[in-house]
Amino acid sequence: METKARPLFDGPIVRRAVVEALWKLDPRTMLKNPVMFVVEVGAAMTTVIVIDNLISGPTDDLSFNLQIALWLWFTVAFANFAEAMAEGRGKAQADALRKTRTQMMARKLIGRIDGKEEQIPATQLKPGDLVVCEAGDQIPGDGEVVEGVASVDESAITGESAPVIRESGGDRSAVTGGTRVLSDRIVVRITSEQGNTFLDRMIALVEGAQRQKTPNEIALTILLSGLTIIFLLVVVSLRAFVQYSEAEAGQVGETAATIPILIALLVCLIPTTIGGLLSAIGISGMDRMIQRNVLATSGRAVEAAGDVDVLLLDKTGTITLGNRMATSFISADGVGLERLADAAQLSSLADETPEGRSIVVLAKKQFNIRERDMTHLQAEFVPFSAQTRMSGVNFPGANGGPTHQIRKGAADAIQRYVGEQGGRFPDSVHSIVDKIARTGGTPLVVAENDRVLGVIELKDIVKGGIKERFAQLRAMGIRTIMITGDNPLTAAAIAAEAGVDDFMAEATPEDKLKRIRKEQANGHLVAMTGDGTNDAPALAQSDVGVAMNTGTQAAREAGNMVDLDSDPTKLIEVVEIGKQLLMTRGALTTFSVANDVAKYFAILPALFASLYALNSNESGPLADLNIMQLSSPQSAILSAIIFNALVIIALIPLALRGVGYQAMGAAAVLRRNLLIFGLGGLIVPFVGIKLIDVLVSLLGLA
Amino acid sequence: MGTLEFVQIGVYLVLLILCVPLLGGYMAKVFVGDKTLLTPIIRPLENGLYRLIGTNPNDEQNWQQYTFALLAFNILGFIILFLLQLFQGVLPLNPAKLPSVEPLLAFNTATSFMTNTNWQAYGGETTVSYLTQMMGLNVQNFVSAATGIAVVIAMTRGLARRSGETIGNFWVDLVRSTLYILLPLSLILAVLLVSQGVVQNFDDYVPATTLSGESQLLPQGPAASQIAIKQLGTNGGGFFNTNSTHPYENPTPLSNFLEMFAILLIPAALTYTYGKMVGSVRQGWVIFAAMLILFIVGLSIMLVSEYQHNSVYDVTGVMEGKETRHGITNSMLWGAATTAASNGSVNAMHSSFAPLTGGIALLNIMLGEIIFGGVGAGLYGMLIFVILTVFLAGLMVGRTPEYLGKKIEAREVKLAITAILLPSASILLFSALASVTDAGLDSRTNMGPHGLTEILYGFSSGAGNNGSAFAGLDASTPFYTILIGIAIWIGRFGIILPALAIAGSMVKKRVAPPSPGTFPTDTPLFIILLISVILIVGALTFFPALSLGPIVEHLLMDAGQTF
Repeated sequence: METKARPLFDGPIVRRAVVEALWKLDPRTMLKNPVMFVVEVGAAMTTVIVIDNLISGPTDDLSFNLQIALWLWFTVAFANFAEAMAEGRGKAQADALRKTRTQMMARKLIGRIDGKEEQIPATQLKPGDLVVCEAGDQIPGDGEVVEGVASVDESAITGESAPVIRESGGDRSAVTGGTRVLSDRIVVRITSEQGNTFLDRMIALVEGAQRQKTPNEIALTILLSGLTIIFLLVVVSLRAFVQYSEAEAGQVGETAATIPILIALLVCLIPTTIGGLLSAIGISGMDRMIQRNVLATSGRAVEAAGDVDVLLLDKTGTITLGNRMATSFISADGVGLERLADAAQLSSLADETPEGRSIVVLAKKQFNIRERDMTHLQAEFVPFSAQTRMSGVNFPGANGGPTHQIRKGAADAIQRYVGEQGGRFPDSVHSIVDKIARTGGTPLVVAENDRVLGVIELKDIVKGGIKERFAQLRAMGIRTIMITGDNPLTAAAIAAEAGVDDFMAEATPEDKLKRIRKEQANGHLVAMTGDGTNDAPALAQSDVGVAMNTGTQAAREAGNMVDLDSDPTKLIEVVEIGKQLLMTRGALTTFSVANDVAKYFAILPALFASLYALNSNESGPLADLNIMQLSSPQSAILSAIIFNALVIIALIPLALRGVGYQAMGAAAVLRRNLLIFGLGGLIVPFVGIKLIDVLVSLLGLA
Repeated sequence: MGTLEFVQIGVYLVLLILCVPLLGGYMAKVFVGDKTLLTPIIRPLENGLYRLIGTNPNDEQNWQQYTFALLAFNILGFIILFLLQLFQGVLPLNPAKLPSVEPLLAFNTATSFMTNTNWQAYGGETTVSYLTQMMGLNVQNFVSAATGIAVVIAMTRGLARRSGETIGNFWVDLVRSTLYILLPLSLILAVLLVSQGVVQNFDDYVPATTLSGESQLLPQGPAASQIAIKQLGTNGGGFFNTNSTHPYENPTPLSNFLEMFAILLIPAALTYTYGKMVGSVRQGWVIFAAMLILFIVGLSIMLVSEYQHNSVYDVTGVMEGKETRHGITNSMLWGAATTAASNGSVNAMHSSFAPLTGGIALLNIMLGEIIFGGVGAGLYGMLIFVILTVFLAGLMVGRTPEYLGKKIEAREVKLAITAILLPSASILLFSALASVTDAGLDSRTNMGPHGLTEILYGFSSGAGNNGSAFAGLDASTPFYTILIGIAIWIGRFGIILPALAIAGSMVKKRVAPPSPGTFPTDTPLFIILLISVILIVGALTFFPALSLGPIVEHLLMDAGQTF
């Protein structure tokens, strides 16, 4: 599927995010993020000190403290900017959606399905109301088609311009408010309250308006808050230890441990990088789903997708192409292959089913038999019927002779047909038929008048690349189970070919539900796709249930995700997005914590530079810890705080896009991410702080 | 350092590794209830005890019931020990006619023995009677260790069981730890110590005249029986004031080796018990390996800095504060083991160690007493770090972090971080308070960075339930008696309660079967991760304080200044 690629830094989104970032400085908003709230309090305190400096007369520290205050504010603003960027991408989409929800009018039927029409605003519709929609009308609300069939343009929701068919009864009865009827007339029973329609929910979701913290996000926030408290204690107690040391060294008030510098130390130590980017990561995870046209009802569902380790996949459409295709001709004894192919093609020329088309194509490919014009041949097509279970073609006999008949169909149907014609069904054809059935194919027998010509083998075609995909999933620890209505024999053959781990043949919706319960009882998390109403219980039971947008309203309500493209293969991508979301969180947390080592080596020597100095003009012994050789204590502290702020900006693209994802086992993924974000997190700040220090001292900032 | 000294350390470590599966496997059998060699002898006694306290050993408890039983038992023990000290003057078995213990001191001592800290604010032979030693201190030596084992066994069940509710029966775990593990091992060790000349009698103190002609009173008493459990139970409270530097408490190189060995024996073996009980000995070995590596690294730094040339006194290998009988290497090995394992017994004075040596001893305690740690306590503390590590790193594989197939969620993270936060907070805040108030500063013997180290060590020893002193700090003042007393309570129950709560929430969880997508916790990579998390969390928390204590002292010593 083509994903709707939006540039990471889209002009209008960035401008909007800048403004939002400032609005979010409101302490009430900041309280939701304890780590950044602490930074904001620190920034405010430093600002007060700067103002106090200004009032009581400038001191040497003024410019330095001012810079600290500014960079602390930047740190908060950068984090807000990251969140606003992530939200902004969703908001842009929400605005587009909102345009479709303009003042719609509904043609409500009063009382009965054949009742009188009445024009009311769509906002007044209640569940159970019947409305009529004709070509050109916008469907005023979510509902179920109760009468008629129509083609509907759903591009407002799905972005897909090709119209879809909606009809009463069956699995394609759900319509969505805001979509447009292109042809014909349907009567729709409204199923959802205004304000809670699919469109409303979609807008709320992409905007992140009702965004709640996911379980994993809550756990991580607790951890980050815990670390923040620890570092708060470290800095508070450090103040006392410094006071002690100054007194002991006879250097009272000589160290650099002023309030702004201690605040700077605190901000450098608390996990601001992950704290600042945490919500952006969560929002952009949802956003990545939306970009792939999957609507998750909650962030919790996206997270659960990462944990899924069993996928229930429908055979048709997911593992195999939608239809069976002719793959070979096997002639009966004494019949030429070409003759069989020719007869098979003739019988299928007017057959518009995909199977029929595939027979025509195969004959053309194998024997270069060209399609012929049916009218020219004066042929009469005999369509498939439930009684005969055959289809075929009749030609007028040459010179008014008896009609020339070709039939194709299941073995038993053809056997009866040939028998009626006085012919015999050869045993050799029986054995061919059995052999094909055993290997998972579908045999179609072709007969001409009383003679059996041979067999066409129809096969499910496994999608290209799907086997490799399943192998990747297996490497990631995810098992795939194929669900099919086929008999066990056929199912086993296809399962083997596609490389799934397990299959369920002749599966009913109840079987599916039972299987999900069984897997869950064994500790597995199960994902599935579904579209029919009878899939609804299984969708609801599964941990991640992706409903197809073409499906029924019941299915869409039951699942916790809706795939607007109705592409069952998407399930695999859904799992990948979930994993990527968790990985990004873990990677940035590791990076953030690992950063602290370098920051200690920047700030502590700066703090204690002169402490316990043996001679008054020399630096103290703890200056030895200045392994980065930063130019001055002030420059060291400033560099650390600047690095701390800039790293948030630098990591915004990573937070929005997610860490590079590869299908590998957990051990390999761990090694890779540890190397990049753990080791990288240790080294990068040493380099970064040193570079900034060089710049800061070049510019004479400190 | 001579070759033989390296050999001795090697023998020590190899013996330890050999004993881990032997004792660990035995302990797993004891707690699962399987038959062991000792079962025929002990089972009748065990059942008798259950009848006596009216508990049905098959009735299991949920975590709240388990915690309640544990707290009730510990507080009762505390009260008895407190009263014993208050009334020892009128109670029997007091040949030295010692008076009753001051209430504040009695409070501190009762607290510290009930919590397996065994901080010696008292002086053994000069403060407490034989009765108090035997019925009070020694009983707590056993049951505080048994309590620690019970907690870790309960936590293990919480992690190992599938969708359960209960985590065992506290009374059963307590009784079995004592009868099957602590008593037999103590008996063996006590006999071995007696063979080396450790005293074991009820005699009066013996007056003697020293070679220099001064008269001296030689203390006596039932020492060996108490020293055995003092070492095995990571208690550390000495029978005599000078602990295992006293010739009656630790007379020979062999007694020294045995006592050192006993410190790490049970904490190390419990990792194997853990592995057995969670159904994968690898999980246990991984934790053991992380502990061992941290131990060896710490010991190496201690040895290197102790053998370093001291430019101030121009000597290599300062002997101040060490017993010439034991020498430097044995003092280092003991120092490393006793601080790593929350034991607290000493055979040398830590305050006299080189600055960095003392710094490592201090760091061992500060990290949370998880490098082997206290009996039981070390492992449950370590498991809390394991949970934190799994959560931090586990996300990176793209799944909700799982440990042993169970998800680590908000509740567990909250409890784990609480368990790490509380002791750290009490160390930092109380030390900060002490370092800027006269009440805190007056107790120091040394000035400058060394004085700060004394203060930090005092509170770390309390919060870590270690109990060793950095000799030099006068902790008998009300300021320290009270604050260290509080730190001890926080350090003990501030971890036990979260640990049991984690057991309670984990025991209910479903177990997801392992797959290639599962974060592996039984690999060398996990050992590295676990160590990194311990060091980063520990170092980041205490590095600023340490840099103003031992680190700057070390740098100043190199520059020729001492304190």
